[in-house]
Amino acid sequence: MNTLREIGQLAEHYDIAIVGAGPAGLSAAASAAELGLSVLLADENPAPGGQIYRAITTTPVADKCVLGEDYWKGGALVTRLERTAAAYAPGCTVWSVAPDETGGFELGLSLGGQARLVSAGQIILATGAQERPFPIPGWTLPGVMTAGAAQIALKSSGLVPSGRTVIAGCGPLLYLLAGQLAAAGANIVAVLDTTPRRNWLFALASLPDFLLSPYLAKGLKLMLQARRKLPFRTGVTALAAEGTDKVTSISVTHGGRTETIACDALLLHQGVIPGINLSNAAGCAQHFDAVQHCWTPTVDDWFASSIPGIAIAGDGAGIGGAESAALRGEIAALDAACRLGRISEAQRNAKAAPTQAELARSLRGRRFLDLLYRPAETFLAPPVDETIVCRCEEVTAGQIRDTASRLGVTGPNQMKAFLRCGMGPCQGRLCGPTVVELIAQAHKVSPAEVGYYRLRPPVKPITLGELAALPPTEAAVKAVVR
Amino acid sequence: MSASDRSADVIVIGGGIHGCSTALHCAMRGLSVILIEKDHAGRHASGVNAGGVRQLARHVAEIPLSNTSMALWHRITDLVDDDCGFTCDGQVLVAEDDEDLGNCRARVDDLTLRGFHHEELIDAAELRRLVPAVSDSCPGGVVSRRDGAAIPLRATQAFKRKAVALGADIREGVRVTRVARDGANWRVETDHGAFLSPRIVNAAGAWADRIAADLAEPVPLEVIAPMLMITARMPAFIKPVVILRKRKLSFKQFENGTVLIGGGYLGRAIRAENRTVLDWGKLATNAKTVWDLFPIMRAAPILRAWAGIEARMPDDLPVFGRSAKHEGVYHQFGFSAHGFQLGPGAGAVMAEIIATGSSNVPIDGLGIARFAPSAQP
Amino acid sequence: MFRPMHELKAADALGFTLDGRAMTARAGDTVAAALLANGVEACRQTPVSGAPRGPYCMMGICFECLVVIDGVGNRQGCLIPLQQGMRIETQAGRRQPDAVRA
Repeated sequence: MNTLREIGQLAEHYDIAIVGAGPAGLSAAASAAELGLSVLLADENPAPGGQIYRAITTTPVADKCVLGEDYWKGGALVTRLERTAAAYAPGCTVWSVAPDETGGFELGLSLGGQARLVSAGQIILATGAQERPFPIPGWTLPGVMTAGAAQIALKSSGLVPSGRTVIAGCGPLLYLLAGQLAAAGANIVAVLDTTPRRNWLFALASLPDFLLSPYLAKGLKLMLQARRKLPFRTGVTALAAEGTDKVTSISVTHGGRTETIACDALLLHQGVIPGINLSNAAGCAQHFDAVQHCWTPTVDDWFASSIPGIAIAGDGAGIGGAESAALRGEIAALDAACRLGRISEAQRNAKAAPTQAELARSLRGRRFLDLLYRPAETFLAPPVDETIVCRCEEVTAGQIRDTASRLGVTGPNQMKAFLRCGMGPCQGRLCGPTVVELIAQAHKVSPAEVGYYRLRPPVKPITLGELAALPPTEAAVKAVVR
Repeated sequence: MSASDRSADVIVIGGGIHGCSTALHCAMRGLSVILIEKDHAGRHASGVNAGGVRQLARHVAEIPLSNTSMALWHRITDLVDDDCGFTCDGQVLVAEDDEDLGNCRARVDDLTLRGFHHEELIDAAELRRLVPAVSDSCPGGVVSRRDGAAIPLRATQAFKRKAVALGADIREGVRVTRVARDGANWRVETDHGAFLSPRIVNAAGAWADRIAADLAEPVPLEVIAPMLMITARMPAFIKPVVILRKRKLSFKQFENGTVLIGGGYLGRAIRAENRTVLDWGKLATNAKTVWDLFPIMRAAPILRAWAGIEARMPDDLPVFGRSAKHEGVYHQFGFSAHGFQLGPGAGAVMAEIIATGSSNVPIDGLGIARFAPSAQP
Repeated sequence: MFRPMHELKAADALGFTLDGRAMTARAGDTVAAALLANGVEACRQTPVSGAPRGPYCMMGICFECLVVIDGVGNRQGCLIPLQQGMRIETQAGRRQPDAVRA
């Protein structure tokens, strides 16, 4: 592995460029490099691992029990990549991916405050997942974070919430985090479970499959441990973070009763959804996944998107978890090598077969979890008008509801023109799903009919100075000389 | 669906600001209108342009139409019940050197001779007063004080809503597949059935050449994708819109602090897929111009860049007015990346021509006949 | 609101300032983590209402941890590794755009 620290060290062209060094990106890069392809693995973080294996090579958390054995499995992915000739660029943001005029792709990247364009024959987007927005009143107060954020602070810096800590929401990751934080010595005063009780009805049909799944033992263990040790409240139907300059308490309604719990930190989580900004901005088709209840890039069995040459591997193309992400990266890399003519279709199929079988196994039981932990409508489309939905532009649920009904706005792109929701620096990552949900509710249609933001590059901001200093590509120089 | 749902006094093809404005003004004149739009109102050029409401530096052939439009912009809330985000802080053409300023002087003198007084030559001191952040090296420029900017999609949708309120029938998500004569009527075939009307308006923007071709009036329309970019919210430092003559630049800070940067650099339009691809090399040139002219912008984060799909004619002038061949056919397209300001006025003039047969606003030089084979030299 | 699990070893400590106040954090921390470890909760005020905000996602997507680092505004604290001597400032509203001069 060749670690690149400066933008000038990047080559003009790579056979394959992979965005994101989580499990999917790491295994895609290793797999492609092992097949002899020139590989660029660009990742925003300072070290490999993505979010699930965040800081796997650098974490200060020495006690292996705190983060659990699943976390430490990530090390093998990095070790495998280290043995290859792949170029790995940490701290490198990919802000644009677009088809060029030669059948390949142009990537816009920034590293160390400098931007550059490089080309690649094939692209694998392994940009992973993000936590589903959890818009409750007061969720913008300092002291309120996502559960994933607390987990990142723990993994990468060995930080533990220091005061009274409340964890709220639903989903397997919530129990995992509660367990990790408890093991690390956090003072968890309440776990507020928002899993709607009636979800069991929908999920039960998928239970037989779940019983055969690798999730079962792991999931049950996590949940039972958390339940036994931690102060759980289930059937939570309303939440509001309270405080003026920071969160000081949370108001929680469960079983028709509302109570206030004093806290110093509130960690929110209601599942994860694909991070679709880069694929959407690149023009890849996407659809609304009714089971996972989120917009998802549309991919085939090889994780190829609607744009030939762009594949989307890992949770970025539908939530499947870390193990499946690594397998999906592997399969996407084989297909990319095949598209580049480095291996035949027969070779691709033969090499992929065992991985595909393993992938099918790893995804067993997923549906049960998706259905069981689907967030309640009240946490997807906040009923309290004052709730901020777009954190960047401070647009509230009430404003969106009103604009949807009074002005007949039927889609999120039109909503932007009226309220500016989704037009701040986060590019709709923290408001998009909620805006869609509110419009769908107002017009009594499904989120699928409402559509999603058309996202624009740069998918992460670059400065005007960086752009002004963008060096011309070799191709552009040649065009001028000619 | 009854026959009356399928026919009207006027059918407008295209739901950009021009189509919506024409539909509104036809409805105001008591005509029944059906507007047919393949996506949604303002989906393309009308919804994603820079929002400049500009008379400054226009071709003289467009100035009468532009004057009519500007009067409407200044009472836009009365017209459409929405202020469309319109603000009037003037537009300034900055001269980058003395030669540039000389050209500005010649232009303003020429306009004065023609009887137009909206452009005003300014010296370095007035330029600095209007645009304090401009680089010290610029010697002056031209200002058009009644100019400003609006929010494009919001404005286009406001025209649509008001047209609907006055009875216009707006069909979004309906694609015109063919236009043909049908007795005394024009038959507009779509993917949702056919519509009939004695009068049709071709306001189909970047797709208007297809309608014109059906009518045996082919036009050399070029599909272009002018690019724009916008920054994060910055402290307020500039009121008017700034444009340049020699280098391409259009520069505008909104009240919310965001700064819109454009100037007509083109990306790639993929018309069949409603898609555009940006050219970052050209955007870098655009950014470099800002770097030179406005040093305070150098660390501004660029949040988004995009391009709209527009129609450009070879002479950069719109095709506006009656068909050269057919009774009951009107063209209103090809605004060549500067049609947003013209929308309100062009719709009013078009409705007047449709309803009364003529208009006092001169539109000489904009007719489709200029592209007829016999008109070519 | 956060504390390190392990005591900070002198060899691992980096010094920096927040609005002129001297602080230390562990080498390897991001700027946002370093602020959390020092009990800092709000790191900016929004450009819309001036409301205080603090790190929210820690993974580069929410843009709540924007701070001024060595005079340059709008930097994402959760993506930038802390360096010895960094001058960090809370970001007040609309960041002055003229921080960087050629």
